Amino acid sequence: MIYDLIIIGAGPAGITAAVYAARKRLKLLVISKDIGGQAAWSGDIENYTGYQFITGPDLAAKFEEHMRNYKIAVREGEEAVDITRQDKAISVRTGKSSYEAYSVIIASGKVSRELGAKGEAEFKNRGLTYCATCDGPIFAGKDVAVIGGGNSALDAAIQMMKIAKHVYVVNITKQLGGDAVMRETVEKGKAVTVINNARVTEVFGDRMVKGIKIKREEREENLAVEGVFVEIGLIPNSKFAKIIEKNEFGEIKVNCHNETNVPGVFGAGDVTDVPEKQIIIAAGEGSKACLSAFRYLNENGLVSSDSTAY
Amino acid sequence: MAKSVIVYSTPTCPFCIRTKQFLKDSNIQFEDIDVSSDTEKAQVMIKKSGQMGVPVLDIDGTIIIGFDKEKIKETLGIS
Repeated sequence: MIYDLIIIGAGPAGITAAVYAARKRLKLLVISKDIGGQAAWSGDIENYTGYQFITGPDLAAKFEEHMRNYKIAVREGEEAVDITRQDKAISVRTGKSSYEAYSVIIASGKVSRELGAKGEAEFKNRGLTYCATCDGPIFAGKDVAVIGGGNSALDAAIQMMKIAKHVYVVNITKQLGGDAVMRETVEKGKAVTVINNARVTEVFGDRMVKGIKIKREEREENLAVEGVFVEIGLIPNSKFAKIIEKNEFGEIKVNCHNETNVPGVFGAGDVTDVPEKQIIIAAGEGSKACLSAFRYLNENGLVSSDSTAY
Repeated sequence: MAKSVIVYSTPTCPFCIRTKQFLKDSNIQFEDIDVSSDTEKAQVMIKKSGQMGVPVLDIDGTIIIGFDKEKIKETLGIS
């Protein structure tokens, strides 16, 4: 079976595109490793119109409820690994299967940036985590290292200061970045050591993490820690889209109609080079991308018979 | 007989919230263990799963790491 539209990602952009597509009665498939995307990880949201206040998980649940209302086929827990186009059919390969459509919207958002250090993959979830908010409490009473120097790293350090035995903040630049208030809290912390100008070269242990190797001015030293929190920002989740043109940051290049360099493939939300990354902008871009995809299908006579006319 | 379901979670993790919501929606009774307030239970979870990420599900002794919906459904025998 060939779908009219495949949407990769189910954050604010992907879900909004899905709702629009369902209302056009397109033959539709949503593929996503999770539902809600970064919105689900957000704390308090006070700038999404219609809600004076809502938490990230609650807004993500509202998005999902809206999508489920249309009985849309969703492959949750699947990740796109490649996308190719032959003739007018676009094929999306995931870790589990392969799907075909005449149009695709890439709304795969962002993922945590990895350290690129030896042992990183091996010790993921064995002491190394990309979500301090989630897994932090498990490391109460232990020595831990937070890697990074921006707001998310400071946030993790402040959270861990309260419960860990000692917190090392390993920062690659000369001094900590982020907001002054948070920075001061970290620098004044009793059980905190900030190590600037340092790069993590290895994560080591046996079954679980036992420590990290850091390099400062060509000198290598070991830090004995049981927890490693990687908080060095996010990067566009666009690696799988090899045929799609990207900018220097890895963001998918789109024009104001959300078109990419490949006909039939559209982009929306944080994975693209759209200025400003906001939930409401991602949602708006998702709707725009769907309408563009719908126009493309119609103009090329590719739309299945039961969808509404443009 | 209904299977025994234990969810090890923290209050701040979105996948824990989604896991519990999914179980509730499927009318599955479960015991929710907050490992952020119970260090001993956290150690039990680490021992059972061999790792330190949440959520972890223990369904009649079958350990599932993360919100793996398909595996949860399969283990519970629900569609």
